Amino acid sequence: MTIAEIEEQIVEEFSMYEDWMDKYAYLIEIGNGLESMDEAHKTEDNLIKGCQSRVWFHAEMRDGKLYFTADSDAIITKGIAGLLIRVFSGQAPKDIVDANLDFIDKIGLTQHLSPTRSNGLLSMVKQIKYYALAYAGK
Amino acid sequence: MFDVHQIRQDFPILTEKIYGKPLVYLDNGATTQRPKRVVEVMDEYYLRYNSNVHRGVHFLSNKCTDANERAREIVKDYIHAAGTEEVIFTRGTTESINLVAYTFGEAFIREGDEIVVTEMEHHANIVPWQMLCERKGCVLKVVPFKDNGELDMEAFAALMNERVKLVGVAYVSNVLGTVNPVKQIIDAAHAVGAYVLVDAAQAIQHIPLDVQELDCDFLAFSGHKIYGPTGVGVLYGKKALLEQMPPWHGGGEMIKEVRFEKTTYNELPFKFEAGTPDFIGIIGLGEAIEYVKSVGLEAIAAHEHELIEYAMGQIRQIPGIILYGDAPGKSSVVSFGLKGIHHFDLGTLLDKMGIAVRTGQLCADPVMQHYGVTGMVRASFAMYNTLEEIDALCAGLKKIEQIFKM
Repeated sequence: MTIAEIEEQIVEEFSMYEDWMDKYAYLIEIGNGLESMDEAHKTEDNLIKGCQSRVWFHAEMRDGKLYFTADSDAIITKGIAGLLIRVFSGQAPKDIVDANLDFIDKIGLTQHLSPTRSNGLLSMVKQIKYYALAYAGK
Repeated sequence: MFDVHQIRQDFPILTEKIYGKPLVYLDNGATTQRPKRVVEVMDEYYLRYNSNVHRGVHFLSNKCTDANERAREIVKDYIHAAGTEEVIFTRGTTESINLVAYTFGEAFIREGDEIVVTEMEHHANIVPWQMLCERKGCVLKVVPFKDNGELDMEAFAALMNERVKLVGVAYVSNVLGTVNPVKQIIDAAHAVGAYVLVDAAQAIQHIPLDVQELDCDFLAFSGHKIYGPTGVGVLYGKKALLEQMPPWHGGGEMIKEVRFEKTTYNELPFKFEAGTPDFIGIIGLGEAIEYVKSVGLEAIAAHEHELIEYAMGQIRQIPGIILYGDAPGKSSVVSFGLKGIHHFDLGTLLDKMGIAVRTGQLCADPVMQHYGVTGMVRASFAMYNTLEEIDALCAGLKKIEQIFKM
């Protein structure tokens, strides 16, 4: 599936939940279900600095595609990381660089995107795009 | 007669809806809301009287200057300073402490001297002293606190010696709510010839202050924690001490005569007020203090005492809760964690219920390290909070536990 298709799928899933509590419960479920990260990859380099919760993102290139793993000590943050991994993992670097991120707005997480918010969503997106940029040039 | 529902009407923001739910504002330790009359006075000055202070000969300038100096009188009376020359307007507690660290530090601190702070200080009462130590080669010593949040007064006594030149202490801890025995600390410090700076950022809105009775040498607070505007604060200092301290920022207002050969400096308090002050903010601060006086600080303190007792009792009963800070007589702050749930998740989900709390390190990293946590959740109260809002917080916490069990 393309990035746009996965995003559309996520928007559809979230649209089933009208209540914010169900949305967050779903995010928590995604966080809990996130494939665990290799402890060796929880390095200072992979740490995305946010004041409130710690998030690690690791990227690997295989057959022209980028694969991400992530972890966080806060479960909502981990859920958001899980969403991003679902969208971007296994995609070509160039597609990641070009991807638009409207789906975050559409599922009602925009408030988490402001740079001053400390959950690191914006930093996570930036980090993913940096990785993609770096690999796209190779 | 103190009527919290009457008081709430003075604060329009409290009727706001957040995500369609009534706002429960429990982040007063970070900043309090402003009553209508503070905003109205500031509006009036902006719209009708705005003009720079201390300079003009014209009507508007005099009007603003008078109001600015009237605010200084109000502050002086509120903290019982001996005179208005002891009340210096700054941008806030942080700037007040930095001013002392620079200028007192310049005049009084030598290599090998000691500065004493406590383990429960806000970063604003730690970092300026660390910077001073780097500049001057003095040594920073730390008074630890006990697990219940009480300062270890034996350890404090053991640190007192004639090398100590200054003790910096929070009147009320912004994380633990502990009301420190500042009078006892000041007397002990003076006995070895040390001066004392009291960080009153979390006390000014809760506890009646009398700087002469306390005999503190410096006291700092911010306007926005006592229902006033942001960007305005106060440094109180004893006149004899302030006179021996060199100016900090150079510029307009703080000078007497400027000659390229030698510039002479203005009298107190203007010596420390370089540049155009936020005079409309200062006027707003004066109005905020008048408002607090009209409600009555004792009545406010009694109400807040009821809130804190109730909150501690209720929150304690929630399964899995971990309370930080249980010192007797603690003030309007309750910090806690919930077992197995990250503070960020707690704060995010409470926010979704319209409940505003503070989460994270609370600008007190050493306190986090003391308890071995990366952050906490803090509910902090003001005069307009109600028991029902504490119920809402507790119900919210229980709901979050349910979400996590799903």
